Amino acid sequence: MTVHNFYMFDRYGQLLFYAEWNRLRQSGITREEEAKLMYGMLFSIKSFVSRISPLDSSPGLREGFHCYRTSKYALHYLETPTGLKLVLNTDTAAVNVHELLQQIYSQVYVEYVVKNPLCNLSEPIKSDLFEAQLDLCVKQSHVFTSKPT
Amino acid sequence: MVIYSVYIVSKSGGLIFNYDHNIPKIETEKTYSFPLEHKLVYQNKQVVVAFGQRNGVNVGHLLLAVNGFPVNGRTIEEDKNPRDVFEVLENPENYPINLKFGRSKMSTNEKIFLASMFYPLFAIASQLSPQPRTSGIQILEADTFHLHCFQTLTGVKFMLIVEPSQTGADLLLHRIYELYADYALKNPFYSLEMPIRCDLFESNLQNLLDQSEKAGISSV
Repeated sequence: MTVHNFYMFDRYGQLLFYAEWNRLRQSGITREEEAKLMYGMLFSIKSFVSRISPLDSSPGLREGFHCYRTSKYALHYLETPTGLKLVLNTDTAAVNVHELLQQIYSQVYVEYVVKNPLCNLSEPIKSDLFEAQLDLCVKQSHVFTSKPT
Repeated sequence: MVIYSVYIVSKSGGLIFNYDHNIPKIETEKTYSFPLEHKLVYQNKQVVVAFGQRNGVNVGHLLLAVNGFPVNGRTIEEDKNPRDVFEVLENPENYPINLKFGRSKMSTNEKIFLASMFYPLFAIASQLSPQPRTSGIQILEADTFHLHCFQTLTGVKFMLIVEPSQTGADLLLHRIYELYADYALKNPFYSLEMPIRCDLFESNLQNLLDQSEKAGISSV
């Protein structure tokens, strides 16, 4: 199992943070354009899901969209009620990635960015501490037992 | 075991077939007293609940009827004098009032729109892939449903919307593909890329879905 890469967007669609571990293919466009494309896709998926859904989403579950899978990778998505969006690409066999995303949010983002007065919340994250802790958190998780194929 | 609906999208992204198998109807009717507990707004030519989610009425539900008279746009279609919804609801003299709310049903236009919306999502998902040579979206998981998509070698997409706990959807999609090949493509009056209007295809599909819901997908 592997983790490919990670995106974090704020509620206005700005890319706050990007990290990659085992990315085997680059998209061939610049990072900013890739982030815009990714955010646009997620935005469309969200509206697609809310309109095509046959039922109302149960109260308390506001995000609607959880993940999608292709033949080679799975994209996992977490949106907090404040609009922060976390995206983690893994291989298709990964399980419980939602818990990992929640952990990244509560134990890394809140602890090392929100509680850091020097981090401006509306700007891309530049904190080295956050980067190191995120790396640690992902590498310690069961999802990341690197097996480059 | 619930199968909600089936969509077939042509190579060029147009919706060529759609079948709603089992879409639950969500409606609530209740008599309200004066300050109305839901905040309503008028958007997209519909009266929609914007805030105040309680007693089975959720945000996003439409106002369908007032005192048994259907609501069309923002007017109440009463026998003699059509009245404006908001004028009626703001006047305390009209209370107690009976209101019917429900989840909006998708129109055919909206279905065509959504089907063509999936097409670029499918393409972008493979463009943004961190792995080389991937397919597009195969399964999309949301909290109320799972969408399974199967793309044939010729580019036709079969989409199945099922309950999250449903398993074996891939098998069912292959069976639907077989039905499509047998009853749509072999029909001499069917032209490619055009909407499928074949009674045999539709009745066989209906049988297949009924059977798989009753006896499980592995039996088909």
